[in-house]
Amino acid sequence: MKNGLHPLVMIALVAGVTLLGRALPTWTLSLATIAASNALIALGIVVLARTGNVSFGQGLFFAAGGYGVALIANAWGLTDAVAQVIIGAACGGLLGLIVGPFIARYSGIFFGMLTLALSMVFYGALVKSTALGGSDGFNVGRPTLLGLSFTDPREADFMLYAVSVIVTGFAGIGATILFRSEFGLASLAVRENNLRVEYLGISANRVISINFVIAAIFAGASGAFALMAQRHIDPQFAYWTTSGEFVFVAVLAGTQSVAAVFVASMALELVRSFSSLYLPNTWQLVLGVFLLGVILFLPRGIGSLWIRKRRKRSTIAANAPIAAETGAAS
Amino acid sequence: MNPVLSVRGLEKKFGAVVAADALTLDIAAGQKISLIGANGAGKTTFVNMVTGYMKPDRGSIVLDGIDISRHSPRSVARLGISRSFQIPQLFVELTAAENLSVAISGVGTRMSLRAPAEADGRHDNAIELLERFGLGDLADRPISELAGGVRKLIDIAMALVRRPKLLLLDEPTSGVSAEDKFATMERVIHAVAPDAATLIFVEHDMEIVSRYADRVIAFYQGRILADGAPSEVLKDQAVRRYVTGGLQ
Repeated sequence: MKNGLHPLVMIALVAGVTLLGRALPTWTLSLATIAASNALIALGIVVLARTGNVSFGQGLFFAAGGYGVALIANAWGLTDAVAQVIIGAACGGLLGLIVGPFIARYSGIFFGMLTLALSMVFYGALVKSTALGGSDGFNVGRPTLLGLSFTDPREADFMLYAVSVIVTGFAGIGATILFRSEFGLASLAVRENNLRVEYLGISANRVISINFVIAAIFAGASGAFALMAQRHIDPQFAYWTTSGEFVFVAVLAGTQSVAAVFVASMALELVRSFSSLYLPNTWQLVLGVFLLGVILFLPRGIGSLWIRKRRKRSTIAANAPIAAETGAAS
Repeated sequence: MNPVLSVRGLEKKFGAVVAADALTLDIAAGQKISLIGANGAGKTTFVNMVTGYMKPDRGSIVLDGIDISRHSPRSVARLGISRSFQIPQLFVELTAAENLSVAISGVGTRMSLRAPAEADGRHDNAIELLERFGLGDLADRPISELAGGVRKLIDIAMALVRRPKLLLLDEPTSGVSAEDKFATMERVIHAVAPDAATLIFVEHDMEIVSRYADRVIAFYQGRILADGAPSEVLKDQAVRRYVTGGLQ
């Protein structure tokens, strides 16, 4: 790999962060689990945003994953955490496969509004559906792992933390490989000039659709994590404010770095937790100021902090021979 | 010999403006053809129709026996027609080599999940193409840092990636200084030669036209005013009156 970490180093990092959970206080475990879950869905938004399209309706796939897992868990008693994540991802992915090719024909604000509209249609249907608990939703049982049940709250929190960190970590490694690949380059090319991409014989719609399905898979898996953490699901999963929060994380992170998504998600959760703890009546104000600060001073997201430095280094390296030639000529 | 491109009765109107008026022509393989004409004469509309960006109101465009008049730009590109643009259409945030890599990734049936630098021979192809244009040392420079003339050459290099049967260049020397225009065109002709593509280039500079084209088609108000060898067409009275303005 020319830039960034080798995948094996990333796997070691994921293992390290998972084991770190053993040393963390319990309240941090649930915070980190939520942050990892939010990072996963925001990562999907970033994957999609690299084609120039932002989804304001990822709540659709988040809810599809959550409801899919909850219904299967209650119908067949499937409580295994890993199986639930796979089912959530499959539900989100299947829905993405249906919606993606249709929506990929639109771009910009139309794309964003259509995703938002679809999520709100789904929200409306969930609210009216008495079989799914209507606006109150319904509860599910405690998750297990490989046949083991966790009655100790600390162990249950750690299990959920470990599964969410490992799944999100591997999703991050996958996204890093995707970003560096030919397909990743083509995604950036679609964002810049999709007509030129078509003139090169590449289907811009296909590139967008594939990224859309990846984002939907991540959102579905994230929905499964949210369900496991709350053990309750309701139509709020598909509501526009839920989707908006994930877009916040993606905006904070920017589209240049996978690591930035995790940093942004954790930062947002920390600011939210501490501001609601110490400023219970004005915590939204603190959150707003934090977002405003990042947008003003890091308009390309938190990732630009280290990507910019790396770019500067490589530009200097690329210019060096030219500078040397100029120097030799003068 | 069968023509590589055969155009019959091609018509295109934009409201009251006739951009193509019953255009009929054949293009033989290996020719270097220059399209000349004043602004609005219909040259770029012709290029846009041949490359699938615009659909003709009437008529047919046949490439090697396949009617492509209703095909999309992607389908036309896959069948063997590539183009460059008057204003280079590049991915400005990517480097020169990455731009070529995107073009190369479109040639196969599926894109690799490997990094372009690691995909088998593909990075080498990108560098080889840049070197053909004398741009090998600029491979790692972002397009946003490169001059207009260099961007033009990279735009043409990207069009060459598919080894097209027919290559259309829209004003390859526009925006290039008078001193550099022949050098630029020499580079283009030299770089295109190994693929032996049939070349059509839109050009306003009659010195370039007379030096590099072996056939000239003059457009005026959507019609073909003259078609033949440069020495004949550039001396044609109607061409001198409506296209070159008496200049040569």
